[in-house]
Amino acid sequence: MSKKNESLGKTVGVVLALCLVCSIVVSGAAIGLKPMQERNAALAMQENILGAAGIYEQGMDVPAVYGERIQPLVVSLEDYQVMQDVDPAEFDNRKAAGDPDRSTRLAKSEDPAGLGTREDMTEVYLIKGEDGSTTGAVLHIRGQGLWGTMYGLIALEGDFNTVKGVTFYEHAETPGLGGEITNPAWVKTWQGKELYGDDGQVQFDLVKGGASGEHEVDALSGATLTSNGVDALIEFWMGDSAYGPLLDKLRKGELTNG
Amino acid sequence: MANAKEMKSVLFGPIFANNPIALQILGVCSALAVTSKMSNTLVMCIALTAVVAFSNLFISIIRNHIPSSVRIIVQMTIIASLVIVVDQVLRAYAYEISKELSVFVGLIITNCIVMGRAEAYAMKSSPGMSFLDGLGNGLGYSVVLLVVGFVRELFGSGSLFDVQILPLVSEGGWYEPVGLLLMPPSAFFIIGGFIWVLRTFRTEQVEPKE
Repeated sequence: MSKKNESLGKTVGVVLALCLVCSIVVSGAAIGLKPMQERNAALAMQENILGAAGIYEQGMDVPAVYGERIQPLVVSLEDYQVMQDVDPAEFDNRKAAGDPDRSTRLAKSEDPAGLGTREDMTEVYLIKGEDGSTTGAVLHIRGQGLWGTMYGLIALEGDFNTVKGVTFYEHAETPGLGGEITNPAWVKTWQGKELYGDDGQVQFDLVKGGASGEHEVDALSGATLTSNGVDALIEFWMGDSAYGPLLDKLRKGELTNG
Repeated sequence: MANAKEMKSVLFGPIFANNPIALQILGVCSALAVTSKMSNTLVMCIALTAVVAFSNLFISIIRNHIPSSVRIIVQMTIIASLVIVVDQVLRAYAYEISKELSVFVGLIITNCIVMGRAEAYAMKSSPGMSFLDGLGNGLGYSVVLLVVGFVRELFGSGSLFDVQILPLVSEGGWYEPVGLLLMPPSAFFIIGGFIWVLRTFRTEQVEPKE
């Protein structure tokens, strides 16, 4: 190491040159590989949707089955109309939720899931039977857990009340405690439970110790705050300020694709 | 250019004679975290080997221009850039595995093997030899990880590369999996065992009693 390396000019020059080269390399890799990463992410989402709907099997041709069995619709959460001018394939639920121009601020009292804002439109996925009739729907749900937002999907049967399946595909809960929301055995206990009581209000609950009845599943042991979060997010998303009226419409068969 | 014998010792020395995990006890953290399945382990090994080899190469190429006052930062910048590139490539070509490896790919930056080789070898040696040294150390790391991953997946889940080898009791077979092996601490025992076996055969690695 010669002395001339230690001068201020050389030090700054080397650092600047290095940073320039490195940033070009990093951004080149990020941009060049982006289309492929997006394709992977879209595929993973399709897999999640099929998984929640109980259709997914290991090794199946995901895009083909998805195209056949799932009909994505972009629906307004303000007047519950299908947004004809929005292409579901281009629509990004996460982006819509994060865009202040396309979401509504929630008052504290009507925001049990701790979301802050609710998107004005969302993507719902109708499940098609073999004969093309609608046999259920998959909906996006999310809410605050203990450490961060939990993102999931819930699938409902054709009565839009009975749970077909649920999956949380992204969360930051404690592994082994709150992280058990992804445990297949626990997720299975949701199947066949009913969200709404006879009065049409959300009755679904996570209860500590011995869930019984058609509206209850066991809370996760050692993860009270995560369980509360899941409880709250179901209450919010299935309630009147989110999917409630939409599900009413679906039940009556009024939500048509124009 | 160095002779063939030296190249050989630089490339293959770190595998048993001077193994970065077993002798220098570096990079143990990721060895605990990612070795519960062979497929994850293999990808992690390839990722780390690529990062060590190329960081050594690039640092060695510019070694005569690096001011010593900022040399650690310069090394870190190169290593960090390489790690980001590797992470992006994994996300594009091995999405499932990259999700399971999650933060541990990013944590290659803090893997002591990478920094250690850059500082101890690449700063003083020619680019070609540095690249070989990185490759060798990556291989040394990989040997230990693959052994640990082999034991953990075979006895912890009864499978190798997700192919069921030992039929599990829960699926009607006879093998009761060892649950402990799926937990990170079990890798400690296996690495310990690896070091024990290694030092039984290479007694020169045994540290003198104090």
